[in-house]
Amino acid sequence: MNHFLLAAALILSASAAMACETVTIGDLTVEHAWSKATIGAGRPGVFYVEITNTGSTDNALVGIATPAAGMPMLHETVVQDGIASMPHAMSIPVPAGQSVQLSPGGYHGMLMGLTNALKEGDSFPVTLSFEKAGEVTVNVDVLSLRAEGPDCADAGQ
Amino acid sequence: MLGVGAYRTRNRPARNELLPLPIGEMSWALTDHQGRSVRPKDWAGRPVMVFFGFTWCPDVCPTTLSDISLWLEDLGADANRLIVALISVDPERDTPVVLADYVSNFDPRIIGLTGPAEEVAQAAADFRVTYRRVDKDGGDYTMDHTAGVFLFHPDGRFVSIIDFHEDRRFAVPKIRRTLS
Repeated sequence: MNHFLLAAALILSASAAMACETVTIGDLTVEHAWSKATIGAGRPGVFYVEITNTGSTDNALVGIATPAAGMPMLHETVVQDGIASMPHAMSIPVPAGQSVQLSPGGYHGMLMGLTNALKEGDSFPVTLSFEKAGEVTVNVDVLSLRAEGPDCADAGQ
Repeated sequence: MLGVGAYRTRNRPARNELLPLPIGEMSWALTDHQGRSVRPKDWAGRPVMVFFGFTWCPDVCPTTLSDISLWLEDLGADANRLIVALISVDPERDTPVVLADYVSNFDPRIIGLTGPAEEVAQAAADFRVTYRRVDKDGGDYTMDHTAGVFLFHPDGRFVSIIDFHEDRRFAVPKIRRTLS
């Protein structure tokens, strides 16, 4: 519940460029949460984020939840023999001392059953469930369909 | 060219029959996002860049279109004669109107192509592209599809493929070579 209140406070206090904010839970740092605008609510949205594990214990992202979509799932884009497919990822490892990116062309959250179309400039909360650290909610910035990532001064990309 | 050749050599014997046909030997008939009929002969004498995708695709397709938009920005007016086309592998959902909405988010030189299922299948066969429908829970579905970007000379010859996520430092010079 504390995490929820913290997240709610963040949502209320933050203004622009929330994708550049950092949320921590235990040894995990969650930042650069962003999504792309969708055309209508019929198509799935996407969710990208960066998770860093500064601890000495391996962890894993095991699920996401959001009021913005009825069926959010973790997926991985895999290109094999030149053919792209998008298998469901049961969990995304966040090994000790490493960073994992959900980013275009790799792991991503697929937001199926959108409540509303995602519009550039909107934001919505996503709750991440970790195998060992519990849950944390981050606020997700909706960037343009063309965006390649949030423009943060400290962003690694 | 090097990437494809090296890849094929490493993974399986060279199979030239897997290379796309020259544009002039293709036989598909599709409709662009403005409702106009497009046939391979309409591209005669122009360099061509084609990729396959679908607008319901949340990750690969917008990423490819973003990449292509950036490549076109880098190339500037040099790329104005380049035909740049997204061919939908999901014609059931991707009507010309849907494609128009979609491509309007990217570089205006990108056109969307769709058509009857058999014409899309013909285009895929001509380009040696694979695609298949993958059903998901709740009646929804997604499409697996060849993710590379195909480049052709103005004379219609296949030049090379830009692989998914290929570095822009390599992609832009590859495109530039097709323009002359």
